[in-house]
Amino acid sequence: MALSGIQIYKLLPQTNCKECGFPTCLAFAMKLAAKQVELSGCPYVSDESKKQLAESAAPPIRLITLKAGTEVKAGNEVVMFRHEKTFYNKPGLFIKVKASDPDIASKVAKADAYKVNYVGMDFTIDGFAVEADGGDFVGAVKAVRGATRRPLILIANDAAQLDSALSLLANESALIYAADASNYEALADVARKHKAALTVKADSFDALADLTQKIQAKGVEDMVLDLGGKNLGEWLNRSTQARRLAIKANQRAVGYPTVFFAGQNGAEKEAVCAAQAIAKYAGFVVLDTFTPELAYALLVLRENIYTDPQKPIQVQPGIYEINSPNADSPVLVTTNFSITYFSVANEVEGSGLPAWLLVTDAEGMSVLTAWAAGKFDAERIAKAVKGFNVAEKISKKRIILPGHVAVLSGELEEELAGWEIRVGPREAVDLPVFMKQALN
Amino acid sequence: MPIEMPKDKWPGSIKKVTLGATSADGGTRTKTITLGGETTLPYLHFEAPTPNKPVIAIEIKSHKPDDWSPLLAEVWSDAMNDPAQWAKKAEETGADMIVLELTLEDTPDGAVNAVKSVLGATGLPLIVWGPGQSEKDNELLIPISDATKGERLLLGICEDKNYRTIVASAMANGHLVQARTAMDVNLAKQLNILITDMGLPADRIIMDPTTGALGYGIEYGYSVMERLRLAALQGDAMTQLPMIVTPGYEAWKTKEAKVGEGVPESWGDWKARALHWETITALALIESGADVIVLRHPESVKRVKDTIEELIAV
Ligand code: B12
Ligand code: SF4
Repeated sequence: MALSGIQIYKLLPQTNCKECGFPTCLAFAMKLAAKQVELSGCPYVSDESKKQLAESAAPPIRLITLKAGTEVKAGNEVVMFRHEKTFYNKPGLFIKVKASDPDIASKVAKADAYKVNYVGMDFTIDGFAVEADGGDFVGAVKAVRGATRRPLILIANDAAQLDSALSLLANESALIYAADASNYEALADVARKHKAALTVKADSFDALADLTQKIQAKGVEDMVLDLGGKNLGEWLNRSTQARRLAIKANQRAVGYPTVFFAGQNGAEKEAVCAAQAIAKYAGFVVLDTFTPELAYALLVLRENIYTDPQKPIQVQPGIYEINSPNADSPVLVTTNFSITYFSVANEVEGSGLPAWLLVTDAEGMSVLTAWAAGKFDAERIAKAVKGFNVAEKISKKRIILPGHVAVLSGELEEELAGWEIRVGPREAVDLPVFMKQALN
Repeated sequence: MPIEMPKDKWPGSIKKVTLGATSADGGTRTKTITLGGETTLPYLHFEAPTPNKPVIAIEIKSHKPDDWSPLLAEVWSDAMNDPAQWAKKAEETGADMIVLELTLEDTPDGAVNAVKSVLGATGLPLIVWGPGQSEKDNELLIPISDATKGERLLLGICEDKNYRTIVASAMANGHLVQARTAMDVNLAKQLNILITDMGLPADRIIMDPTTGALGYGIEYGYSVMERLRLAALQGDAMTQLPMIVTPGYEAWKTKEAKVGEGVPESWGDWKARALHWETITALALIESGADVIVLRHPESVKRVKDTIEELIAV
């Protein structure tokens, strides 16, 4: 837990020598507490104090980075609810494959190649989990590594098998699944040797804390928790408890990100189980099933939950060219909220019809939200038309409004004398038909 | 190592609200539904039990909608032509309640008949929504409210610009109102104050904080609901009401659910995607405190019902 200025002061030399640039040690301590200066500003801090200060500055949930050709991070979260600040590290989405599966490489390659665009961002799967199930585990890991550059989770109990598999993954940070009371010593040794993170699994927080402390004593710092539980209700409770223990009670022994297996109660329930894990604090989510439609839905949910509530995702206001418009192409007006912009731009682009898309500065709000907030009115639209020199680009002065703000047409006619104001459909899906039929 | 679990103790709780009335209470429903009573955040059993589980309402319309996804038209098929049949089929599908949504084509007499036929076809509690234009809403909802006195219907949708007439009529006829505001804690609170100031008891209001679909603003609805629930538990009386949300309406409006062709290949199978869109939107809202979940597709109803059972199982 972060220390107060007074607590920090007690750890400083208290000589007020001023070398840090502050009149007193207390003044320096206050600045430290506010994170406005670095501890290195004081040359006289004892090693013991440094250690204590570093510990107190450590995040309540340890940051774990899994790394290969790409990387994925979990941990470092600071709040229970996204509105309190924001959630930072999006839970990595992993696909599980079985070592005995003869199609393992092609399955991995297919999911590995998956890419989907959501409001201008490309999303992919983050990595793969390889499960030892009696087949040739090391061979399977080799095959998977040949099919993807993404980080891996290795699911096996046998330390020797893990050791050989991890030897194939030099310079990577993989995640081992999972140490429990019976095998933690051997797995901790392997994890330390290969600089892998180690999952710790137990059915109670007491047992988890015991294990993480023992494993830490064996020199492994990077751990991930499997909290157990048998259904949505238990998972929700445990996940909430883990986050609370770390953030509110500063319980370092369980201050690690979690991994959740969404397919454990069957494929039917996988979507909701994964969705709950994404909303409720999981660090890594492992799916048994890869389908594009499920991956897409979950990646979008993850993006939504992890967007910073303080700043809506926006695009730059301006006049955008879609499908190489010319002087006869229509001008469509919209706002600069990313979701709005992309739902319109994608429709027009997909239709193959050329158009100018005039994106007004609506402070990142959707059409109706901006309209209701007075950020998308005739005056602002007229300003954008003039500011971005729209008239120079076209021969016919005509502008298309979103159907939801048809009420603006009268005022806009006044603001833009000599322009024809047309009202388009309400939803962007209907734009292509409208453009074909009504705009000739 | 013994770990002590931090537990929240909240001063506030959610009010209990009952929808529908049986003959013993002056109505004709065979079943009533009680919501609310929570004393902590959703499904945190380690702090407190969930006194009343969330329920699913299936949305039907008085006239067959022409803008619904073909995937919905396919499952409801002919039943969509007759609200009574549609309601019956919805009950068989597992609905706990029915939402009957009126349209601009409805006349007051026609609307009253539609409501009566739905009440005759099922014993479930009923929610009735006007078509969404203040004048027309009042024109249709008032005669319905009069004609169903004592049924404890949930009448919607009350917004700040048109709550008065509906509230007055609900008060006179023993109904409840759905209070909708645009995703804002203070607006929700304020509308509840306005409504209770008119004399309607708070336990006859269900809040509708509005929401967006997955990918289309769900994060705003999600956070506003979490904040409303936290405010309620902290003791703010005018936020201590159960919440209704419309993931069916929101999700089926999106391109992901509506359109099967000409979409990116990475969107995958249309039907599976549409169902994920509706259920995942619903799941997220249940986690943030929804009490009435209004859905459209029978398969989503099944999945969300299972989800609720798992969440409340101790
Ligand atoms: C998310 C949201 C918010 C978020 C803001 C999100 C953002 N960055 O814009 C928050 C919570 C902040 C918010 C606030 C408010 N909101 Co708001 N909000 C919504 C919500 C749920 C979704 C909006 C959304 O993102 N839609 C998705 C985007 C893609 O839609 P869109 O921009 O309209 O674009 C579509 C079409 O318009 C069309 N289109 C777009 N451009 C073009 C161009 C052309 C040429 C054509 C043809 C078509 C077209 O294509 C798109 C896809 O089909 C809606 C309700 C709902 N479920 O729709 C309410 C809603 C828009 N909000 C509303 C209101 C009143 C407000 C507030 C004033 C209330 C308040 N809380 O104080 C504030 C205003 C903001 C402020 N003062 O700061 C009302 C507006 C009512 C009205 N009809 O006037 C709505 C409709 C809710 C309601 N039913 O009451 N809101
Ligand atoms: S340099 Fe260190 S000892 Fe000197 S005043 Fe600053 S904090 Fe105190």
